Amino acid sequence: MTALDFTGAVWILSFLAGFLGALTGLGGGVVVVPALTLALGVNIKYAIGASLVSVIATSSGAAAAYVREGYSNIRIGMFLEIATTLGAILGAFLAGRVGTHALAIIFGLVLIQAAIQSFMANKGNDQPVASDALANRLRLGSSYPVDGELQEYGVRNVPAGFGFMFGAGALSGLLGIGSGAVKVIAMDRVMRIPFKVSTTTSNFMIGVTAAASAGIYLSRGFIDPRVAMPVMLGVLAGALLGAKVLVHAQVRTLRAVFSIVILALAIEMIVNGITGRM
Amino acid sequence: MNIPPMQTRMPPRMNDRRLETIIGRLLQIGVLASAATVLAGGILYLVQSHSGHVEYRNFVPLDNSAPGNPDLLTLSGVVRSAIRFDSLGLIQFGLLLLIATPVARVALAAVGFALERDRLYTVVSLIVLVILAFSLIHAT
Repeated sequence: MTALDFTGAVWILSFLAGFLGALTGLGGGVVVVPALTLALGVNIKYAIGASLVSVIATSSGAAAAYVREGYSNIRIGMFLEIATTLGAILGAFLAGRVGTHALAIIFGLVLIQAAIQSFMANKGNDQPVASDALANRLRLGSSYPVDGELQEYGVRNVPAGFGFMFGAGALSGLLGIGSGAVKVIAMDRVMRIPFKVSTTTSNFMIGVTAAASAGIYLSRGFIDPRVAMPVMLGVLAGALLGAKVLVHAQVRTLRAVFSIVILALAIEMIVNGITGRM
Repeated sequence: MNIPPMQTRMPPRMNDRRLETIIGRLLQIGVLASAATVLAGGILYLVQSHSGHVEYRNFVPLDNSAPGNPDLLTLSGVVRSAIRFDSLGLIQFGLLLLIATPVARVALAAVGFALERDRLYTVVSLIVLVILAFSLIHAT
């Protein structure tokens, strides 16, 4: 394959991944890695290096839009980032030690989880709770707009949420993904933060988490500019278009179709990892 | 900026919101600058070596030590090759700009919380900043 063909093919795949990732809320990383490894035979370490970079691009690029909506909570995000960044450093170190086959299998398993969670597509809890003692001391509670009025909400189970976030960060550093799905579970289910606050705060956190593993990825040679360039430009363009279209799209059917595609990719990655073809 | 009385349980909403808005804008500018740099380096790369054969099946970290090869694995090496207008160095420099955007966000949040006289969250932001610095120092 010539450099021009490769760059073009990667850009198109990344654009699609970014577009679908934004529409379904799953993020571009979970699609771009299997697309590069399965369709173009790119080594998974280059793929996750490029994916990590694109994760930062979409998170930072969308930040202003999310802030405007007034849902994200900068205190919750910053506090939990202590856990995600520490986890991310551990994950990035592990990524250098774990072999290619094992990475493919772990990635496949995480994809299956993402597909199932997306298929279940729950609205999450929107019943605000009162903060417990620790959350009060950390002043994590705040308010967010519901039908034009400010609704106050509290936060619970901070230690458990913190632990979950460490795991989310480790997955992000190990696989070069945003692991937004796990972050949302930690905030929405464990810490009982309203769903909309959880998803937007998670987006805000993803970039900082990814930046924590980026330095380690760079020094290990995971970030190859010839692969990362079309991935970053493609995912960013796709995600920006996806965010524009999102308002008008029928997301429910799309999510279901997308979950099945991800499930198929997951199985192929696991099989390739086991048979040693990847 | 209003200084909240010590008894308020809720954080002063407007100050946090303003802080987040400023940070959000800055992040967008950072991403655009990064994308422009990566695009410029990418065009240069394709003009110079569009018909070269590429293959990424095996993981072979870029060779730093070989003479003539740009050093793309360390911060200083990337900056040096970008200044020489090496195409891959430019792309990598653009990617470094991108990696710097969330770091800048944390640093700005620390400043913002300090201005709000919020000692707890100034410290929290600084802890996150130290962790990020640890990872980046790894790349020098």
